[in-house]
Amino acid sequence: MNNIKPAVLTGEHFMNGDYACAEGALACGCRFFAGYPITPATEISEKMSRRMPEVGGIFIQMEDEMASMNAILGASWAGVKSMTATSGPGFSLMMENFGLGIMMEVPCVLVNIQRGGPSTGLPTLVGQQDMMQARWGSHGDYEVIALTPSSPQEMFDFTIKAFNLSEKYRLPVLLMSDEIVGHMTEKVVIPEEKDIKIVNRKKPEKYTDKYLMYKADKDLVPPMANAGEGYKVITTGLTHDEKGYPAMNAEAQEKLIKRLCDKILKNKADIIETQEQETEDAEIIVVAYGSPARSALSAVKLARKEGIKAGLLRLITVWPFPDEKILEVANKVKTIIVPEINRGQIVREVERCSYGKCNVISLPKLGNIHTPYEILKVIKEVSL
Amino acid sequence: MSMNEIHPMDKLIRADRMPHIWCSGCGLGTNFICYLTAMEKSGLDLNKCVIVSGIGCTGRIPGYTNIDSFHTTHGRAIPFALGLKLANPELTVTVFSGDGDLFAIGGNHFIHAARRNVDINIICVNNFNYGMTGGQFGPTTPLDAKTTTSPYGNYEHPFNLVDLAAASGAVYVARWTSIHVRRLSKSIEEALLKKGFTFIEIISPCPTNYGRRNKLGDGLDEMKYYREHSIIKHGINPKEADLSFNGEIVVGKFVDIDKPTFLDNQPDMSQMSVNNKK
Amino acid sequence: MNLSEPKNKDISKPPDYWRKPLDVEKYKIPHGAVHIIIERCKGCEFCIEFCPQKVFEVSDEFNSKGYHPPKIVSHDKCVNCKLCELICPEFAIYITEDEPMNII
Repeated sequence: MNNIKPAVLTGEHFMNGDYACAEGALACGCRFFAGYPITPATEISEKMSRRMPEVGGIFIQMEDEMASMNAILGASWAGVKSMTATSGPGFSLMMENFGLGIMMEVPCVLVNIQRGGPSTGLPTLVGQQDMMQARWGSHGDYEVIALTPSSPQEMFDFTIKAFNLSEKYRLPVLLMSDEIVGHMTEKVVIPEEKDIKIVNRKKPEKYTDKYLMYKADKDLVPPMANAGEGYKVITTGLTHDEKGYPAMNAEAQEKLIKRLCDKILKNKADIIETQEQETEDAEIIVVAYGSPARSALSAVKLARKEGIKAGLLRLITVWPFPDEKILEVANKVKTIIVPEINRGQIVREVERCSYGKCNVISLPKLGNIHTPYEILKVIKEVSL
Repeated sequence: MSMNEIHPMDKLIRADRMPHIWCSGCGLGTNFICYLTAMEKSGLDLNKCVIVSGIGCTGRIPGYTNIDSFHTTHGRAIPFALGLKLANPELTVTVFSGDGDLFAIGGNHFIHAARRNVDINIICVNNFNYGMTGGQFGPTTPLDAKTTTSPYGNYEHPFNLVDLAAASGAVYVARWTSIHVRRLSKSIEEALLKKGFTFIEIISPCPTNYGRRNKLGDGLDEMKYYREHSIIKHGINPKEADLSFNGEIVVGKFVDIDKPTFLDNQPDMSQMSVNNKK
Repeated sequence: MNLSEPKNKDISKPPDYWRKPLDVEKYKIPHGAVHIIIERCKGCEFCIEFCPQKVFEVSDEFNSKGYHPPKIVSHDKCVNCKLCELICPEFAIYITEDEPMNII
């Protein structure tokens, strides 16, 4: 039995972001991983293939990403925390049943280690071009939760956070990382098992004939019965009523979709997390997420050395979008700069939420991360 | 007869949803009751029985079944079922879906789940067309058959589903028609109790679309046709299990073998390490 | 398997040339009571066609959806085989066991 290893590898490690993501999942109880190899997310699958049998979980390499997404939905309904990981092309395929996860309200985690697109694009180079797809990629109206880690340590921490949010709000949560963070090797500290905060899904009361699958509590989240527990689970991708029965009418659609959106929007204060550095007196703020937030922090520090009142607002939760925070910042500063590894996606949200209260500058870049000096140059230009 | 009559199967269906959506003369209700009968006779713990489907007319079956039931998306019932089974091996997982769902949009999932020998049961209702969307041709539509998207006759060769299942690695393969109610029930019962990837094809009437456009009469006429043209050939090579447009329908149990399942083959970590071979 | 149409013979009345077995009283024919949930019927006529004992025929009446449900022609003929229960797609027919009948 000496080959069986603990799920939580407490201690200091030197590991890449992909491995840290896998370890984070295992540490918070994920015991089912289904994936399809794709650069630059493959290392997560490789790590899981080695580690899952060690902790008594299941690793399965599926035939494609549609199957991967469905397999984790099925596993979650069987009561097991589940995850998949992919990159752009696979993310597109997963969008189909990401929607099913939203509709059936299935807790699970979908990791996207973003690379350059569209299509097969730049498999080995970084991108943040899937940020709007994360928000709107599946058809229909819905709200999502997406987290953006900036370091291997955050890959570990945010994977746990993603699982906790998915279990709490019953939806697939997106971990929108990128190739740089995924492949970067840094110090990762794994805490002791007792220090890891874990949230598990709400369970219903004992089964009675009056049990309703989709009757939500005050927090708008219905308790979740798993398969095999005697609840006679009934669930469908179709619009359904509280019983879980298909309901093909406008009233049911209005009621269900509104609740699915509201369970995120009305709990925004609990979900959204941002991080501020040097913002108290700042006149210029860089809003960044993922790997560019690292360059942005350096740029802000360099600017401060030159006496420019610059600050960093880092988005940890990109979806739901921290609109109130952006407006608060926009009211205080002259300029917001948004560096992104795409043609300018989140900058549109920043513009929308700042209501013209300040100047918003997009700093797009493709296929590579901004250097601190590129961001510093813009900070200097606008500070004149 | 009183107003509160209780059909003996009402405990296994969601009787408050009756009548179901299927047309008069459709074989799905019959196939469904055969499945319920098999499940009851199998002696399995109904709290551990799960039914999963994709979309379409057949896809509506789980919604009427009073056990854990999952109505998923186009073609994805098998990977969903696989997730349920692997995450909780105590469950008996059955996928009940149509030919279009399982073999067109979901074809890839089918062959791979069969190859892996995941312990799930597939029941495929083959009505030779896409019924719910209004009767388009699908991967099982016979050559020359007319559908709304093959108005001049279908010019694509159809799959032989039992041959495909056997070639992909299924450990149990059978084909029946909706008229073979007793044999079908028995076969489903065997499949539910069988370890590994099982496949049962049910040839079933679609009077509203396929039957009407091909002048096959109503559901009753199609059922009579099955009675007159079915021929049981147990154990034959599924390649030779004919299913032609106007000819005989070969039915029977073609494959019943044993081999280790996906879970049987999981590494035994007390014996093994990636770095040091046992 | 012989799939030809079953002969519509009445087994409750043995042919005339039958010698009456001495122990005939010992043997009984199973008998079922047929129940039709008329409102569930969609008029497919599977029960009427496939009942081996020809217990049903089409009724002249309509149910509320406008279908003609089956009606029972000869209740005495039912031998409790439950084929109708298994073949009815609408969960509209079921059989309960009744007192077995004498052969003669």
